[in-house]
Amino acid sequence: MEIDEVITAENLTKRFGNFTAVDAISFHVKRGEIFGFLGANGAGKSTAMRMLCGLSLPTSGKAAVAGYDIATESEKVKRHIGYMSQRFSLYDELTVRQNISLFAGIYGLGRKEISERCDALARELDFSAQMDVPVSVLPLGQQQKLAFSVATIHRPEVVFLDEPTGGVDPITRRRFWELIYRTAESGTAVFVTTHYMDEAEYCRRVSIMVDGKIKAMGTPSELKKKFDAADMDEVFRRLARNAQRQ
Amino acid sequence: MKKSFLAFIRKEFLHIVRDPRTMLIALLIPVVQMVLFGFAISMEVNDVEVMVAAPKITPAIEAKVSQIAHNPYITFKGYIPAADVDKAISTNRTMAVVVFSPDYDITRESQVVVDASNPVTAQSSSGYLTRILADAGLRFQPGVTILYNPRLKSGYNFVPGIMGLIFMLICAMLTSVSIVKEKETGTMEVLLVSPLRPVMIVIAKIIPYFCLAAVDLILILLISRYALDVPLSGSMVALVAISLVYIILALALGLFVSTVVDSQMAALLISGMVFIIPVIMLSGMIFPVENMPVVLQWISNIVPARWYIPAMRKIMIEGLGFGYVCKELVVLIVMAVALTAISIKRFKIRLQ
Repeated sequence: MEIDEVITAENLTKRFGNFTAVDAISFHVKRGEIFGFLGANGAGKSTAMRMLCGLSLPTSGKAAVAGYDIATESEKVKRHIGYMSQRFSLYDELTVRQNISLFAGIYGLGRKEISERCDALARELDFSAQMDVPVSVLPLGQQQKLAFSVATIHRPEVVFLDEPTGGVDPITRRRFWELIYRTAESGTAVFVTTHYMDEAEYCRRVSIMVDGKIKAMGTPSELKKKFDAADMDEVFRRLARNAQRQ
Repeated sequence: MKKSFLAFIRKEFLHIVRDPRTMLIALLIPVVQMVLFGFAISMEVNDVEVMVAAPKITPAIEAKVSQIAHNPYITFKGYIPAADVDKAISTNRTMAVVVFSPDYDITRESQVVVDASNPVTAQSSSGYLTRILADAGLRFQPGVTILYNPRLKSGYNFVPGIMGLIFMLICAMLTSVSIVKEKETGTMEVLLVSPLRPVMIVIAKIIPYFCLAAVDLILILLISRYALDVPLSGSMVALVAISLVYIILALALGLFVSTVVDSQMAALLISGMVFIIPVIMLSGMIFPVENMPVVLQWISNIVPARWYIPAMRKIMIEGLGFGYVCKELVVLIVMAVALTAISIKRFKIRLQ
């Protein structure tokens, strides 16, 4: 099934008691697009992302991911997305190969496919010598690349990256973004949260959340023009200045 | 779905195999405990040191003393003057003194003085000595027949207790730690976003520990039968059935703990304090439940081992069958079903 919009959200809302964590957000993400989902801590980014990943049900509003309704078809949603958390979430004591095989297996790949993907990844990431060492001995940048590759091992329609570049140096971050571009070119949409504003510039389009609402959305250059700002950092500071939540 | 599940189970086994500590806890501890309790630690009192105080040594006294000296549990340490009895005990030269009356030949009167700073040894040694002194036939002696464990070997008694302890240790402690570890490192998040259903994650986490516990059950039974000579005369089917229910119950407890705490340390502490200690103190493993204060007896009812250990005793030592352990089995099944339901529900709620 070829669909052009891999994420559609219409008035997506999540309330916990009296507290509205996510307040009627609407947006669309296209196939192969890199979409930056920005916001300060507590703005509701994670809650929105959890809903889109099928981990939590919306209080009202609708959203579809990869063409499946997140409320009624969350099992199908899960099969068509990838997810990488800020902690990389690999099994440290298992080897690189075992980690790849595990996640490939969980996403239902066959034995032959798994060994093909292992070989392909070893070549692409230049991991050939490290396939059988425990993940814990790899440098952080390598772990990050591996975590990303594992999250996209099943060629999902969308991959969700939750602050994926925390704790690594700028050069490693730059290399990581090259990997993200390559994945997006192959047709996977990338939904990325970050609070590094220089990274926001790498995104095709960004949305900025403040107090549960999307306050601005567009390409980085559009937003800079609209807010008359020199860089994304300034755009973000202008929007976040009026935030109620800390 | 099946493929995902198998891939995940394979990973769980890899974890255990790659982590020597887990293997050590799971396979070595049962063996060490069995050997320790079975051979080294013994509630039997051997080697009681005895001295004799007699004003004059008559042939009758000499005969008694040689009887005492030949008793395998007693070491005869020699004669002392009657005035030195207290001193001999207070200076630890002996654990007990037999004092013969000056006119023993006529009255057959004698006294046993025992160091009761350790009540267990005091009781046993005074028991040994009065029996020897009394069997001259002057006093009435009740005939005592000891059933099921005629040699009063303490190893017998400990095997069911060790089983209650080991399964709690492996199932509750290791399971809770392994699930909480996934939460701590953030991998649980990734698993929950994957197509694996939450129930499948739980089952996959539990299966390896269930297998380990089954291996331990076999190990314990083999050691009991061939090294400790425990009769294992009851129904094998009942023994295995009740043990499996208890193992499942312990796994559910481990899962429950993992839904309550967020760090491996906390999981370890809770399993250790809340599960292991009650097994030792309140299950009847060491202290009989009937002798506890009423309040503790009530509390002991919610300790699974309090039902499991007596059931194992009945089957392994008394040689009884299913019919006699119905009550214990039903209680354990109810506990297991309730806990499993609560834990799985709690595990799911946390996802929201």
